[in-house]
Amino acid sequence: MIGAWIRAHSPGIRRVIALCRKEFWQILRDPSAMAIGVILPLLMLILFGYALSFDIKNLPVAVVVEHSSDDTSSAVSALRLSPYFVVHPASTMAEAEHLMAKNKVQAILRFPPHFSRDIAQGNASLLVAVNGTDANTARIAAAYVNGAIRTWQARDARDGIPLPEIPNVNIENRLWFNDANQSQWFLVPGVIVLVMTLIGASLTSLVMAREWERGTFEALFATPVRPGEILLSKTIPYFIMGMLGLALSVLGSQLLFGVPLRGSLWLLILLSSLYLLVALGIGLVISSVTKSQFLANQITFLVTFLPATMLSGFIYDIRSMPMALQIITHIFPARYFVSSLQTLFLAGDVWAVILSDMVVLAMMAAILMSIAIKFTRKRIG
Amino acid sequence: MIESLYRIVALLRKELLAILKDSRSRVTVFVPPILQCLIFGYAASFDLNHVPYVVLDRDHSGASRALVAAIERNGVFERVATLNNAAEILPQITDKRAALAVVIDRNFERQLMAGKTANVQVIADGRNTNTAGTAQGYLSVIANDFSRKWRNEHGYAAAPGVHVITRAWHNPNLITRWSMIPSLIGSITMMTTMILTAMSVAREREAGTFEQLLVTPFRPYEIMIGKALPPMLVGLVQATSIFLVAQLWFRIPFAGSYVVLLLSLSLFLAASVGIGLFISSMARNMQQAMIGSTVVVMPFMLLSGLTTPIMNMPAVAQYLTYVNPLRYAISVTHQIYLEAAGVGRLYPEMLALMIIAAVTLPIAAWMFRNRLT
Repeated sequence: MIGAWIRAHSPGIRRVIALCRKEFWQILRDPSAMAIGVILPLLMLILFGYALSFDIKNLPVAVVVEHSSDDTSSAVSALRLSPYFVVHPASTMAEAEHLMAKNKVQAILRFPPHFSRDIAQGNASLLVAVNGTDANTARIAAAYVNGAIRTWQARDARDGIPLPEIPNVNIENRLWFNDANQSQWFLVPGVIVLVMTLIGASLTSLVMAREWERGTFEALFATPVRPGEILLSKTIPYFIMGMLGLALSVLGSQLLFGVPLRGSLWLLILLSSLYLLVALGIGLVISSVTKSQFLANQITFLVTFLPATMLSGFIYDIRSMPMALQIITHIFPARYFVSSLQTLFLAGDVWAVILSDMVVLAMMAAILMSIAIKFTRKRIG
Repeated sequence: MIESLYRIVALLRKELLAILKDSRSRVTVFVPPILQCLIFGYAASFDLNHVPYVVLDRDHSGASRALVAAIERNGVFERVATLNNAAEILPQITDKRAALAVVIDRNFERQLMAGKTANVQVIADGRNTNTAGTAQGYLSVIANDFSRKWRNEHGYAAAPGVHVITRAWHNPNLITRWSMIPSLIGSITMMTTMILTAMSVAREREAGTFEQLLVTPFRPYEIMIGKALPPMLVGLVQATSIFLVAQLWFRIPFAGSYVVLLLSLSLFLAASVGIGLFISSMARNMQQAMIGSTVVVMPFMLLSGLTTPIMNMPAVAQYLTYVNPLRYAISVTHQIYLEAAGVGRLYPEMLALMIIAAVTLPIAAWMFRNRLT
């Protein structure tokens, strides 16, 4: 009955449905399009969830004990028992330096010859050397070794003579929204951004550019189809695919990592739809400007995927970037999406954050879509 | 033999023309790497600069004010508000106005005066665990310094215990950029060359010109060389421009040898192009080539040690990194840049890159002829 109504009242809707059907057939016929909608989200969830960890475990440390004593052996066994270190004993500093030069260890801990005597006199010192080639790892490694020494001292003091209490500032750290400090909780929203960017912008720009390249667009122009209808028929199928990617990512993040969704689902869907429309808009504009699959692919990668990874705040904090770069991040939609996604997942419906992000995304979507319609005017040339 | 060489040169010319003849394509091949290097160089850092925070000082004493002053002096933290009660903390953090809240206990000064431990709570926004962890680390250093100074000023003897001296080799101040920018040479060139290679064969397949190429007297290995060398050359030009940005703009110290860097980058590019050709030999059209290279490049980037150390990864992921050319490229550039490593030390990595190239390139050549659809 609805079908009959459509046929009678709106040839436009009928044309859009027909074109969408053609697009769906094309997606289903080429398994690679489905791969990006299904395999990619899962692959990224697994990589981000399991393989990427900023927390160090099993840090290889060379321990140089030049004169063994009760103190050194209790310190070394404390390191051995800790899950954070793998101890490589070395008898001389030269041997340890050799291990570090060959990248076998990330840090060296050296107990000087008169360590026990120095402890008794209260002026013991220890050397921790790290390999600064990878500055980040080095900094974390140094902090971990330092922490282990401090813990060992505190425990050692508890076993024997207690250290006299001294005035000291103690910091109690608390992490809101993520009490267990799980970096997956922070990374998973990023997966959604990347998946949506790839489907919305990269895939769509390629598919559109293909039509331009093969000349099938010109063929379409000879039919009664209007430009808006062509755009709709390209938008709807990839929009649905993007939403499928979203559903998979959210489901996967909940089942695999227990990432909570503290905000409301409808808001997540609304926000993601807006971002997806922006990404689709970018893809459509780029492909109609370049009309070449190769160029469209390169440019989309540059203006959507890279900003989504580097300038969105999903891995690197925007507030720490230089001012000029912080201003640039405002041009790219990913920044608004990431900020709202992290909030929706971990904090809840915080309107102060989400509303402004959504307004910006909605404006971007409107502007890009109208540019896209302008470019798809029936032009042959 | 000579004829074969002629054929290869002709193919090379044609391939280079295909990449470079279009001015738009020239721009998209050579400008982005420089832009990316500049942007990544500034963006990709875990060092913090501007951390907005709020203070709730329940003590209102000289000591608590001195602690806040110490936090301000650090330069990283920017106070956005001074609160009067605990209920104000939640909206400040949830609305993202502040990333941290520092809450000083009511008895802060009295505890210190009595020679006891005084408490400070630091509440961080866990939506970004990285920033939260780093900022809390900075604050604990500030608190330690503050305690030591307080003890000195109030006549306590130096705290007994072990003094730890920390030293960093090759990068004494542990500047992230010194590690980050050398790794960008490999990362950026891999992304572009691999996609370039994968798309180039797919483009010909889609246009039908690849079948024409196959019926010419070209042998598969000649096609392979003709397809592999141009992206490698483009990659070398890209690598050089990134290298120049690193030297002239970021002024990263370079301790090693240019020749060794060039040699290892060539091996790395051969390996990446080999993988790109392998993908393109499987792809029927440009869409498949694009998706195929994305699905391969992304894990390569993530599992390379660029953002997180390889030794933190689970064993399975660590094994996977052995087939990842970027893993070797990053390790090699780091060692050449900061440790002045020579071929003698780098040969395991170089050998691995050679093996990857030696496996993927012939397979791609074989696939060219045997996958006709």
